[in-house]
Amino acid sequence: MSPLQETQRLKNQTTLPNTVQTTVLKPTAKFIDLLSSLVPGFLITLAVGFMTLFLVLPLAVIFIEAFKLGIVEYFKSFQDPSAWHAIKLTLIATGISLPLNLVFGIAAAWAIAKFEFVGKSVLITLIDLPFAVSPIISGLIFVLMFGLQGWFGAWLAERDLQIIFAVPGIVLATIFVTFPFVARELIPLMQEQGSDEEQAAISLGATGWQSFYYITLPNIKWAVLYGVILCNARAMGEFGAVSVVSGHIRGKTNTVPLHIEILYNEYNVVAAFAMASLLALMGLVTLALKTFLEWKVQQDRNTTLEPTLAEVH
Amino acid sequence: MGIEVQNVSKTFRSFKALKDVSLKVEDGELITLLGPSGSGKTTLLRIIAGLELPDDDNKGSVLFSGEDVAKKHVRDRQVGFVFQHYALFKHMSVFDNIAFGLRVRPKHERPSKQAIADKVTSLLKLIQLEQFATRFPSQLSGGQRQRVALARALAIEPRVLLLDEPFGALDAKVRQGLRTWLRRLHDEVHVTTILVTHDQEEALEVADRVVVMNQSKIEQVGTPEEVFHKPASEFVIDFLGNVNVFKGRLESGRAHFDSLAMDVPGLAHAPTGNANVYIRPHDLEIDRTKIGSQSLAANIERINPAGAHAKLTLLGVDGNEIQVDLPFERFTALNLKQGELVYVSPRKVHVFAPEYMI
Ligand SMILES: Nc1ncnc2c1ncn2[C@@H]1O[C@H](COP(=O)(O)OP(=O)(O)OP(=O)(O)O)[C@@H](O)[C@H]1O
Ligand SMILES: [Mg+2]
Repeated sequence: MSPLQETQRLKNQTTLPNTVQTTVLKPTAKFIDLLSSLVPGFLITLAVGFMTLFLVLPLAVIFIEAFKLGIVEYFKSFQDPSAWHAIKLTLIATGISLPLNLVFGIAAAWAIAKFEFVGKSVLITLIDLPFAVSPIISGLIFVLMFGLQGWFGAWLAERDLQIIFAVPGIVLATIFVTFPFVARELIPLMQEQGSDEEQAAISLGATGWQSFYYITLPNIKWAVLYGVILCNARAMGEFGAVSVVSGHIRGKTNTVPLHIEILYNEYNVVAAFAMASLLALMGLVTLALKTFLEWKVQQDRNTTLEPTLAEVH
Repeated sequence: MGIEVQNVSKTFRSFKALKDVSLKVEDGELITLLGPSGSGKTTLLRIIAGLELPDDDNKGSVLFSGEDVAKKHVRDRQVGFVFQHYALFKHMSVFDNIAFGLRVRPKHERPSKQAIADKVTSLLKLIQLEQFATRFPSQLSGGQRQRVALARALAIEPRVLLLDEPFGALDAKVRQGLRTWLRRLHDEVHVTTILVTHDQEEALEVADRVVVMNQSKIEQVGTPEEVFHKPASEFVIDFLGNVNVFKGRLESGRAHFDSLAMDVPGLAHAPTGNANVYIRPHDLEIDRTKIGSQSLAANIERINPAGAHAKLTLLGVDGNEIQVDLPFERFTALNLKQGELVYVSPRKVHVFAPEYMI
């Protein structure tokens, strides 16, 4: 018998006489009571402590650092043209990718939830792709395709079109990383709701568009908003993929997160944290909206009509 | 408007949900589609509505008033479809639900606001829910929702009304109420109506004609009286109410089962072979004494005297369980007791020779 097996055997032996253990423990039932009243408190303290340390504290640090040299210095940070440019670029990238992914997300969810077609499971998997691969890889894919050495590099260079290390690349990368959000939120809800109401609408003479606008959209509007909020948060905060395709050209291809990194590396702590405070603020607003929308979506779910057995009046 | 379904088949992947089904519905008729779960009732209804396309085998067609509607989209067929689970628009009030079909019409066909309001109000009156116009579907009872679904379908003045188990999810009493109401409504508006149900009582009660479906095919079409008293197949007699089955033999036009033998005029020329004899519980008579040769000895096992008929369960001497429904007066007159030996004699039998039928 190997030593490992030996210890295993011993362990088994020690745990075997169960009945003996319980009889031994019986007189200490009071102790167990005490313990069970303490355990929840302990766990809560632990969780709260952990959250304070890893979530609240960092958040506080951002604002403390940002305001360390006073409110004047804080606002001065935004007067730097490159800071402004970064904010503008972030807004552009978000502003383009958000509506595109909104349309794409609704279309994909609609197709997946309401129709049967070949390749449906492939589409579902593809939607999840950006979640599955690291953002760096996502960025590299675009470099591979559109970079100078990439597949379409020569073709693009001939026509003087620049995608990588330019705004189009940043927009593409942002679209790619954020495209699952709306679709992912809608698919389960729309599947749950089925297509009975749409079929009823069509049988009453509505066109496909009318049925979408008057029936589908009102049923999913909160879930759409929820997806958009998450999509927005990710689009503004995306670092990895954008970092690969941007080239970090100050005042040209820097988004807010990239600009923060540069400022920080230059020991410009106040400016870095001032910019960071913007993202943090947006995060908090997102969180609040998200909580509200979750509640609304849940309500949409709950109103799915169940047949009742009540009497006719 | 009359409807004609001709040789329609429907295949889902490899499963045949409808096999070469043909059916003719006269203008203004109320037809019920009756059949067990999965027999293809909904599929047939959806094909008529245009929500599903029949197999493209160059045989099947659906005609409305003699006109092929294959090319017609659902929205142009003017069918009022009431779904099994209502499918009310849950974010719209009762009023808006009913008005929907009128409001989505193209501008030049759309009635004026006032006309729509008048129409909806009259429909609300028809379904007896006038004071519920502003409620949302979630604030209605099941029976009320069902009536709203019906009013919504009626609003577009459909040429045909298709109802898929409209009362399926309701309790017995509500069903009964809505059933009578629907029949009365139909007598008023006279729109061609097809109603799906798997409740045989409902089917027989409201219909002008009943279509019995089984395993993707139509078993029989006939008036409620015909399908009940002249069932065309074993399935039909078995599906329409309780029935006793005896295994027997058919020999030169006579059915032999247990110790009985009866002439079967309809099967006079059938070859000798196995036969199944079906007797409805109310077609059996009970006596204390043996009358003639046409009776079976049996013991009374259970008595359920609640209802217009006393329901008796007997055990034949051969070990066959026999159900008998006795009119209550007859039951009290005989003063039957559990465990007693009695004689049962059939008034009417249905004989099917399986080998001969097919
Ligand atoms: N979209 C579909 N895809 C695959 N199979 C289907 C589809 N719709 C119906 N079927 C199959 O076709 C058969 C008939 O279905 P149908 O809905 O017509 O039955 P039904 O008579 O209405 O039954 P029920 O009384 O339960 O509603 C069933 O076996 C069902 O599984
Ligand atoms: Mg059905």
